[in-house]
Amino acid sequence: MSATPDDVRTADNPAAASAGDASAEYDHLVQSEYEHGFVTQIESDTLPPGLDESVIATISQRKGEPQWMLDWRLAAYRKWLEMPTPEWAAVHHPPIDFQAVSYFSAPKRKELKSLDEVDPLLLETYEKLGIPIEEQKALAGVAVDAVFDSVSVATTFREKLAEAGVIFCSISEAVQEYPELVQKHLGTVVPQTDNFYAGLNSAVFTDGTFVYVPKNTRCPMELSTYFRINEAKTGQFERTLIVADEGSYVSYLEGCTAPQRDENQLHAAVVELIAMDNAEIKYSTVQNWYPGDEEGRGGIYNFVTKRGDCRGVNSKISWTQVETGSAITWKYPSCILRGDNSVGEFYSVAVTKGRQQADTGTKMIHLGRNTSSTIVSKGISAQHGIQSYRGLVRIAAKAEGARNHTQCDSLLIGDKCAANTFPYIEVKNPGAKMEHEATTSKISDDQLFYCRSRGLSEEDAVSMIVNGFCKEVFNELPMEFAVEAQKLLSISLEGAVG
Amino acid sequence: MLSVNGLKAKVDDKEILRGLDLQVGAGEVHAIMGPNGSGKSTLAHVLSGRDGYEVTAGSVSFDGKDLLDLEPEERACLGLFLAFQYPVELPGVNNTYFLKAALNAKRKYNGEEELDAVSFLRLMKEKLKVLHLDDSLLKRPVNYGFSGGEKKRNEIFQMALLEPKLAILDETDSGLDIDALRIVADGVNALRSPERSMLVVTHYQRLLDYIEPDYVHVLAKGRIIRSGGKELALELEEKGYGWIVDEAAA
Repeated sequence: MSATPDDVRTADNPAAASAGDASAEYDHLVQSEYEHGFVTQIESDTLPPGLDESVIATISQRKGEPQWMLDWRLAAYRKWLEMPTPEWAAVHHPPIDFQAVSYFSAPKRKELKSLDEVDPLLLETYEKLGIPIEEQKALAGVAVDAVFDSVSVATTFREKLAEAGVIFCSISEAVQEYPELVQKHLGTVVPQTDNFYAGLNSAVFTDGTFVYVPKNTRCPMELSTYFRINEAKTGQFERTLIVADEGSYVSYLEGCTAPQRDENQLHAAVVELIAMDNAEIKYSTVQNWYPGDEEGRGGIYNFVTKRGDCRGVNSKISWTQVETGSAITWKYPSCILRGDNSVGEFYSVAVTKGRQQADTGTKMIHLGRNTSSTIVSKGISAQHGIQSYRGLVRIAAKAEGARNHTQCDSLLIGDKCAANTFPYIEVKNPGAKMEHEATTSKISDDQLFYCRSRGLSEEDAVSMIVNGFCKEVFNELPMEFAVEAQKLLSISLEGAVG
Repeated sequence: MLSVNGLKAKVDDKEILRGLDLQVGAGEVHAIMGPNGSGKSTLAHVLSGRDGYEVTAGSVSFDGKDLLDLEPEERACLGLFLAFQYPVELPGVNNTYFLKAALNAKRKYNGEEELDAVSFLRLMKEKLKVLHLDDSLLKRPVNYGFSGGEKKRNEIFQMALLEPKLAILDETDSGLDIDALRIVADGVNALRSPERSMLVVTHYQRLLDYIEPDYVHVLAKGRIIRSGGKELALELEEKGYGWIVDEAAA
């Protein structure tokens, strides 16, 4: 398994240890170096490009973080310095100069006065997606008028969540308000040394979300609507931590069907999910970052580490993703099935067209007894798009009665695109049941002609066939997003034929 | 309704249609018969606008419009319907959804209001009744995993729903057993009307026992070499195509 990105720690090598050890080890160093105003003092909202320990200290100071958090970041940074850039993925890009990136900028955005100032192409897309006008304004960064009181909406949500005892806040806020929860869980699913980009994220993350659902609580709403309105300005190094305590349930939706542009080219997020006994987390993503121009220039590099830990018995973690954007996607939402009878699911639709490249898939690590996992991956390639499914199913020796079903389908549109499948299967328990199905198909001229002879345009025909191809995955999305995701897919593939 | 004049068409540089003439009036049912390789399916495909056929001469007017100038979907929206010899499978695309999209595309093109789900389902039930079909096929993906008979029935059902002005049935009888043939033919007969013309392309006379044509044309080597009433079909059944082809060549 040397070829997988972020290899998982197994039970006999608990990842959780790294954070604690590190903080002790570096404690004295940090104290002595930074106590005396070694921190760079600047007045502006943005740090100059470059990364060293003083930059990290500055980030931590700006956020008013406690000492343990700074220690944790520095430990990550020092390990990151020694890590090689991963090169095993089937994606190509020029080397990234990490010293040319600015690692901190306060959230500021030029507010526009009205929708007239917004790129008409962007508006057209919002229109097609059926996004309400006030929401369009929020997404495009237009000052929101009194009709749409986002503050009161947000307040209503907060009150409802607070009533249920659900904590839902930014990760920075959580570090301040719930330090014991953050310290206990942060980095226990994706350790600092997990992989190059996770290491970088651990050192410099500035944004992100924290969710804690208390015991026997069903989160009273999809954590999505609020998110969409208020957190559309996502950061470059996001860090998300979701903990579902015993017997709880939460459904979380990340991202947005509306196209998002960002001046930061490199995005390296880390998402950690923890499900205790009998808990369930459903995590859905719709990603539509700027893919770059026709040659792929200027598109977002999306290098994400997402992993869920089914820590308790009968726990369940389900990932659903619809990936249509970014120039390069490098992403493997995974599940560690530690608890007995735990369930992991991965449903994915990924579209690559133009010069987009995606290397995506999942890992299902079966450690507990009677654990089961389902993988359904649908890849669509058009134009010069390159797409690779990379998946690992590992059944540990102790995982009696483990089951996996993998279905991995690729759909090609045109003859210049590519689809690869790299399945890795490691079974150490002879009782495991494994099923693997893979298909590659093309939208045939016959199919297109058949649809056209019934009055449908070529684009409608493609969108219908593609949506049919993806149905199993869309069925897993929360209702409102399933509808949007379908439209998004149709729009993404406009002009992709021929 | 349909007027084909001196139509010549090539596939891969090979001339298949070599000056074909055909006039179909409103409400008429014409049968096109002919031996293998005579150009029957090519005619059906050229009329419906399939890629890969190059029209080198001649003209086709449909309901007063230059048919050859239109995209396949425009032809469909104007009321041309092709029942496929081998209906194509669309995995994952629900049949009802597909039909609704097709019907609404046509309505939109013709400036009519699109049907909502409720009115569409009502219309669908009505059409099922006319054809004596049940709705089991409608819940499945389009043609996916259908038997040969089910696929043909589905074609006829689409035709009922889309209410074309001209329906071309391309070897609809191929691959059908006698019971399936009868069901399909009953469907076609139920859809005969003074406003609807039909072009029944077939290899065998058998289908014409069930769908009685007003005119029968014999196609050979890319031309219509003989036209007549339904008795011509019976004569062909008896004597085969040989004599007529020889006669035309003489």
